[in-house]
Amino acid sequence: MKLHEYQSKQILSRYNVQIPRGSVAQTAYEAKQITEELGTRVVIKSQVLVGGRGKAGGIRVANTPKEAEDLATSILSMDIKGLPVRKVLVDEAITYDHEIYLGITNSRKTGTPVMIASGSGGVDIEEIARSSPEKIISVSIHPLLGLRDYQTRDLASGIDLPHHFWKQFQEICLGLWLVYRDLDATLAEINPLVISADSKLVALDAKINIDDNALYRHNELSELRDLDIEDHSEIEARKYGLSYIKLDGKIGCLVNGAGLSMTLMDMIKYYGGNPANFLDIGGGASSEKVSAAMRILINDPSINTILINIYGGITRCDEVAKGILHALQSQKKDIPIIARLVGTNSQAGKKILNDANIQTLETLTETAKRAVESSSGRVE
Amino acid sequence: MSILVNKNTKIIVQGITGDEGLFHATQMQEYGSNIVAGTSPGKGGEWVLNGKLPVFDSMRLAVDATGANTSVVFVPARHALDALLEAIDSGIPLVICITEGIPIQDMMKVKYYGDQKGTRIIGPNCPGVLTPGECKAGIIPGKIKRTGNIGVISRSGTLTYEILNSLESNALGTSSCVGIGGDPILGSNFIQILGLFEEDPRTEKILIIGEIGGTDEEQAAEFIANSVTKPVLGMIAGVSAPSGKRMGHAGAIIEGLNGKALSKIIALENAGVKMAHDPDELVSFLK
Repeated sequence: MKLHEYQSKQILSRYNVQIPRGSVAQTAYEAKQITEELGTRVVIKSQVLVGGRGKAGGIRVANTPKEAEDLATSILSMDIKGLPVRKVLVDEAITYDHEIYLGITNSRKTGTPVMIASGSGGVDIEEIARSSPEKIISVSIHPLLGLRDYQTRDLASGIDLPHHFWKQFQEICLGLWLVYRDLDATLAEINPLVISADSKLVALDAKINIDDNALYRHNELSELRDLDIEDHSEIEARKYGLSYIKLDGKIGCLVNGAGLSMTLMDMIKYYGGNPANFLDIGGGASSEKVSAAMRILINDPSINTILINIYGGITRCDEVAKGILHALQSQKKDIPIIARLVGTNSQAGKKILNDANIQTLETLTETAKRAVESSSGRVE
Repeated sequence: MSILVNKNTKIIVQGITGDEGLFHATQMQEYGSNIVAGTSPGKGGEWVLNGKLPVFDSMRLAVDATGANTSVVFVPARHALDALLEAIDSGIPLVICITEGIPIQDMMKVKYYGDQKGTRIIGPNCPGVLTPGECKAGIIPGKIKRTGNIGVISRSGTLTYEILNSLESNALGTSSCVGIGGDPILGSNFIQILGLFEEDPRTEKILIIGEIGGTDEEQAAEFIANSVTKPVLGMIAGVSAPSGKRMGHAGAIIEGLNGKALSKIIALENAGVKMAHDPDELVSFLK
């Protein structure tokens, strides 16, 4: 789960990281009021969960409350990469001369958290990694001992931070580590961390992503979820415990298992078709769950063929077949179905489908090829 | 021979009184695995599996009473950190964690502690380990019975079952099959298991089934080039997966420049691994 900039910064400030004075507005009038209260030049920042807000015109500087109101009006009517701007953050504008990147994430390679700093902040860390990898300094954090002071000094000296900033920097590193640890974050980053004209380190922008698997112990965070970044059908799928991702092709896929689902998508593509989705019904799915999955596919207007592939281990193929028929009976739509059932109770499952005039195939290759033929043979 | 588990493996099922634990303990026993005990805190003294299998309150009690050498964990994700640390502290040498959905930071602690104590951990979010005809420690379907000379390592579940099934119907057998799991932080990666297969006299060929996310396959490629003499064949799932989306498995995500299928395929091919597009082609390479 991704948190917005304003949410991330509010959390950081609770951990003694200095952030600019500011507040969130949902209307242009509120933006004007906040600007009046701040009494300074302000930065109006769109709050959407995508990168490249600045380039899209979603971050602007206003010199007066009136200007803030006008800019907020225009930003609040924008869509950035398909996402509507519903809120803007109005921050006091800060004069600064140096931008630092500071972030913490989990390293799959070492199996530990890793803290990363760069003296060339302000741009995407991937960009720095590509253009000047030598400017990235990182330290592995012991999962049980946590971040140690000497490690923050290693980072500070690695990015050539002058000595008189080290104490401040150390506190910020510690705050960021504690945010990462306490919130079960998978990413906590300040970018840029700037040195202001009055020699303070200030977090101008921040990003926090939370481990979805740990949300159960963070009830306070689940309210912060922004559903705008998720497709409507993805939200619907989550209610039923289905793992679903909408894609842009025409072949709907209903598969059990993540690796197998990806493989079917790959095979569709390999044989010249395009998958409309990733959909993993998980292990041991009930007919109700399968039915819900089928309804999502049937109701997707871009789908012209449905491919079903089930390897029955703890999933029972007859249960799957019942769920498919149930969904078809309740929705009136004629759509070709290519199915393959293998494993537990597959004979019973095949009979149920065959009796309903749904043909079943034997191999993965046949199944993928037939789905592509069916999809491409239809008039657009 | 085989790797990790065999007919002498004595298994404790952690979380045996839950639905998953009980169902799969039964399945494992039907397969012929030697299940010697289960654990469930607060239920010590009870008996399950037709009153024949003792339940203990703790891993230490269960290990002391039975001399078990392998634990298979079905404990729900919220309690998995505790269960895994308990398993490590019991001194049992092999812990296979089936549980899906364990928070990443919990797993980092487990991995670190397990490494310190010398415990081998497989998973989490994995189907377990199968040595056909001898021992099933996990949830790989029991119909896979044919022994042979092919060692299988995979990050996936059902995709692996498809491949095992297809091998079996083509009269090809496996020495052992290891599901290392679909999470970002795993107890054992490809490299450790590749090393075991390289040492195993029965294994003559190795199948490696990877997927998008992380750089484990790239590291495996380097290891294969330097340290594996046996032929390796493989496939990678997720060539068509979009960037930034988690494809079912917590670890199956392309992040920025990292984790793309193509990079893995190229690395493995450069290491001399014969790569297939799909499971059918992979099995056809072996016929």
